[in-house]
Amino acid sequence: MTIVWVPRDSSARAVGADEVAAALAQQPGVTVRRNGTRGMLWREPLVEVETPAGRVGYANVAPTDVPGLVSGGMLEGAPVGNSLGPVAEDPWLTAQHRVSCARLGLAEPTDIAAYRDAGGWAGLRRALDMDPADVVEEVVTSGLRGRGGAGFPTGIKWRTVLEAQADQKFVACNLDEGDSGTFADRILAEGDPFTLLEGMAIAAVAVGATEGYLYVRSEYPDAIATLGEAISVATAEGYLGEDVLGSGRSFTVHVRRGAGAYICGEETSMLESIEGRRGEVRAKPPIPALSGLWGWPTVVNNVLTFAAVPAILTGGGETYAAAGDGRSRGTQVFQLAGNVARGGLVEADLGTDLRELVEGFGGGTRSGRPVRAVQVGGPLGAYLPAAGLDVAAGYETLAEAGGMLGHGGIVVFDDTFDAARMARFAMEFCAAESCGKCTPCRIGSTRGAETIDRIRVGPPAEREAALVLLEDLCTTMTSGSLCAMGGLTPMPVRSALKHFPEDFAPAGGGDATGPDPRAGAAAASTTRSAP
Amino acid sequence: MDEREGPRRRRRGPRQDGGPAPVPEGARADAVRDLARRRAGERGPLLEVLHDVQDALGWIDEPDVRVLADELNLSVAEVHGVVSFYHDFRRIPPPAHTVRVCRAEACQSVGAEGVYAAAQQAVRTAGPDVELQQVFCLGNCALGPTVEADGVLHGRVEESRVQQLVAELADRPPAPGVPETLPTADQEARR
Repeated sequence: MTIVWVPRDSSARAVGADEVAAALAQQPGVTVRRNGTRGMLWREPLVEVETPAGRVGYANVAPTDVPGLVSGGMLEGAPVGNSLGPVAEDPWLTAQHRVSCARLGLAEPTDIAAYRDAGGWAGLRRALDMDPADVVEEVVTSGLRGRGGAGFPTGIKWRTVLEAQADQKFVACNLDEGDSGTFADRILAEGDPFTLLEGMAIAAVAVGATEGYLYVRSEYPDAIATLGEAISVATAEGYLGEDVLGSGRSFTVHVRRGAGAYICGEETSMLESIEGRRGEVRAKPPIPALSGLWGWPTVVNNVLTFAAVPAILTGGGETYAAAGDGRSRGTQVFQLAGNVARGGLVEADLGTDLRELVEGFGGGTRSGRPVRAVQVGGPLGAYLPAAGLDVAAGYETLAEAGGMLGHGGIVVFDDTFDAARMARFAMEFCAAESCGKCTPCRIGSTRGAETIDRIRVGPPAEREAALVLLEDLCTTMTSGSLCAMGGLTPMPVRSALKHFPEDFAPAGGGDATGPDPRAGAAAASTTRSAP
Repeated sequence: MDEREGPRRRRRGPRQDGGPAPVPEGARADAVRDLARRRAGERGPLLEVLHDVQDALGWIDEPDVRVLADELNLSVAEVHGVVSFYHDFRRIPPPAHTVRVCRAEACQSVGAEGVYAAAQQAVRTAGPDVELQQVFCLGNCALGPTVEADGVLHGRVEESRVQQLVAELADRPPAPGVPETLPTADQEARR
């Protein structure tokens, strides 16, 4: 039998991976197995055939291609169709520095034996043999910072939780990946969930937590299912549960589903939501490290932060810190999205040139038109012009360039990009998704959208005044909001104004009104009546 | 909450408004109560229970809120506050089919606005059985525009494709996710 791998990742399935898997399964002599994606999303469905020379890849396979590929010698690894040759030698992969994503796409996501054979659980074993304070110091040494976007030093956070005196401590993982242009959390959870669980378990060992909560957005049903299965398997095998690897320590993990609120990606809002309440932001202090879930000390980290931890424990903090640039140590899992020719997941050293990511890995736009703008760091990140891509993608360097690294999402736009429209969209999105607790965010966002309309299509005499007002509003939101939602919404707006002022010219043409986030409510009311 | 004390809190005789609405009873109330009890040992289970109720019964009806408040020892206001906060929770019965179009930045960069407009038009033609929702990010940002039809994700969707997807939904029996709905408490009372 020839083993043929077809990814079961959501993105691969969205372009027909299930149908390709079914077509392959009908071929005699073929055993289909389902791996996670390698991250080369533009090549999905990417079929890999096991041959004596390694796994040979075939990109963009359609179900109807299967008979032709097989008769052409695909099962022997022949160069037919969109053959890549050996996948592991593909330059797009070999140019990356995969640490957190080292095992991505190699095995069936919940195959725990494969995970173990690939070096999995070694980090947890080492952590259990160490003094908890030494585990924390290893993470401090690594220089790892919060990959969710805030960039707070992970080891310092853990040390705070470790030193807190409490009867109960928690670990909470943020998988409420609502930022447009980001999908690394989803790919990791769907493709290599044990790395995430191992990272969480190491955190629990380090700080003395006994319960973990994984908050997953409801838009990711496949991730929820895979994580649930992975937790069951890991618990049955003794890596999680009442007695972690015979150490006498307990660590149980629960999955909690989000319910379609973007704000719940903010850490305190997420804690409220895990507790079963409205996802309203909490004022800080107290910080979650001291008063998190149900008031107990809680480690709150993003998926990518936890996913970096097993490698730090196995390879050592210093090895991890050897990569990177300035105070941005280690690797970042970048996500190339939007109008990009080669979209997907790129793990590279922090400080990699943004232009290298967009043009080198990304290959420019998918439409073939010139790149006009790039938004880095999600909907709250800055729009950078094509001329401004010569910047190292790290926490400080991007901040100096007026942007932010955020969660590492990079959305590419071609020359049809309309900065004023996107600025208005940023305000509208904030208005729709604000939790409503603080005034600058709740009201400022609505006023911001109105003011941008006045700049674009209002009376020309009022334009200058509206620009001053918008700047004033942005200052109020930045400094007066409780959390990053209201505090960072001005970033895309201001960057659009700064780099693309021509788009804000009066009657600049085009559609002044972007998508209306309130239209969903109107649509929801047009349902059929009760049976 | 229930242990509040103080000299100002004292009973003032029978209430003029007849007191709080009674906790609903009936088949649906029993089903809701049962779903809540299954998570009895969990910490702060309200969101999970609401998901369970919606998965099993299709939507969160107003009487369900009172049943859950009673079962979980929360105030009606707390439960209502959670149901109304989150986009996912429906307070009216679901349509037979749902199509969700992503309108976030990454999908906008590859023409999501045109796809959304095409979907709006297609849904008007398809009639009331198909509901169109907008969504901000389904995590398929490298292969947009993204559309979800009855829970199935589709990538690189062009305008003609979304029209085809809507038409296919309209011709199909109700989505597997749409349950055989139990009568609401109000409907039972009317019987």
